[in-house]
Amino acid sequence: MEYVNIIFQETYKILFLLVPVLVSVAMIVWLDRRVWAFVQKRQGPNVVGPFGLLQSLADALKYIFKEIIIPASSNKIIFILAPIITMTLALIAWAVIPFGVDQVLADINVGILYIFAVSSLGVYGIIMGGWASNSKYPFLGAIRSAAQMVSYEVSIGIIIINVLLCVGSLNLNDIVIAQKNMWFVIPLFPMFVVFFISALAETNRPPFDLPEAEAELVAGYQTEYSGMMYAMFWLGEYANILLMCALGSILFLGGWLSPIDLYPFNLIPGAIWLILKILLLFILFALVKAIVPRYRYDQLMRLGWKIFLPLSLTYVVLTASYLFYFNLLPTI
Amino acid sequence: MIAHAIFFYVFSIIAVVSAIMVTVSKNTVHSVFFLILDFISISCLFIMVGAEFLGMIMLIVYVGAVAVLFLFVVMMLNVAQQKNQWFISEQNSGHIPVGLLISAIIFFELIIVIGGWKYKPDLFETTNLITNEISNTHSLGQVLYTDYIHIFQISGMILLIAMIGAIVLTFRQREGVKKQSYLKQISRERSEGVEVLEVTSNKGVKIDD
Repeated sequence: MEYVNIIFQETYKILFLLVPVLVSVAMIVWLDRRVWAFVQKRQGPNVVGPFGLLQSLADALKYIFKEIIIPASSNKIIFILAPIITMTLALIAWAVIPFGVDQVLADINVGILYIFAVSSLGVYGIIMGGWASNSKYPFLGAIRSAAQMVSYEVSIGIIIINVLLCVGSLNLNDIVIAQKNMWFVIPLFPMFVVFFISALAETNRPPFDLPEAEAELVAGYQTEYSGMMYAMFWLGEYANILLMCALGSILFLGGWLSPIDLYPFNLIPGAIWLILKILLLFILFALVKAIVPRYRYDQLMRLGWKIFLPLSLTYVVLTASYLFYFNLLPTI
Repeated sequence: MIAHAIFFYVFSIIAVVSAIMVTVSKNTVHSVFFLILDFISISCLFIMVGAEFLGMIMLIVYVGAVAVLFLFVVMMLNVAQQKNQWFISEQNSGHIPVGLLISAIIFFELIIVIGGWKYKPDLFETTNLITNEISNTHSLGQVLYTDYIHIFQISGMILLIAMIGAIVLTFRQREGVKKQSYLKQISRERSEGVEVLEVTSNKGVKIDD
């Protein structure tokens, strides 16, 4: 009986987290298209519902009723598994994101490593989809994407080390609380910029959307997918983008802390501050998509390995020596 | 405690079965996927005994990076076809005896290691690694960077040398590759690139490249 109770409670908590995440994924797809349109002096989706807010819902309905086509020569099990893996991995990472002092589903000691591990597993959804389709465009797209994600993960990992040096704990709540006096965006500003660009590459967003470069590869690894399976890839991709925004705001922008620790701002719950910061970062993502042209593949690799990696490594040395010299290293 | 036991047996059965499937399955890409499943279930076992840092590092290093490269190589080289050629073709392959020899040596080494294993008498009482005072990561770091610092540094050096060696072995300078120099492109002036010529009619101009 006790077990049943625990399972029931946990399911309730998980649903309380997952349903808002899925709804907000649908909403930010609309926001993305809308921002993109405004930069180009268009209207964007504005027909379905007020301001076109229900556009994503209509799109989802359309995808549900479309036929799922499985290519005859594909590897069927892996072909079906790929979008499921992408979506699952994008959603399970949300378990450790803190929305308040104790508003977190799983307050584990190694939260940041968990997020990093899950986001590094994300490459499998893409590579499985591309290989199982048994077609040249998906395969090329998958290989490009895997190389790109593996390269940019390295610099993201080193940026995370920068932050961890200042915190002394792998727990996400501790990382947020350590920024009580000063957000890490101020002392680690170059790392914030590098993190933002690496996050763009990690989530295959423009200007680094070479895996699905429509001019060369039709749609990359998604070419053979249709209907609900395509929609799952799409949802997983946007959930990943939201996750990267959340990670950026936790690592650099103070997570659920309010910007000013004064009376009227203190009353606003931490979850709202976190959502506002995620939205700010996401609007930056959307603006970059509209403004910057696509990179060439060799330029992308050069940026990752020859510029970001040495830069972030140097910054680790700088941060460590600064903290050591002024005796600021965190104690256990 | 029952739930703990159930999870332990589920993860260990998955680990053993997928390890067998790595060697048994005919498609090489499938065996890499089974290898990944094996790594994941082993990291779950690590987390279950309280070594959450090791479990996560296992996921990041092996599943996130090493297995991706494995998958890359297997997909690119088309190993499955080659293996079929070895087993079907009439002529004997030189690789099989060498492989058999190496695997026999490894097998005997394993037997020697496991046969000489002495269990501590209180092994089953110290399974719990979770202590409340200090987290797993901190205790690991305190041991690794104090008592074992030299061994740790030496293993880092070995990995670095292996990496440099791999790069040196595969690196080759190719002739006739056009390289892009950003500085050169940015510092180009109009006077270097554009020239105004008088063109007389019916004669044309000769431009030397």
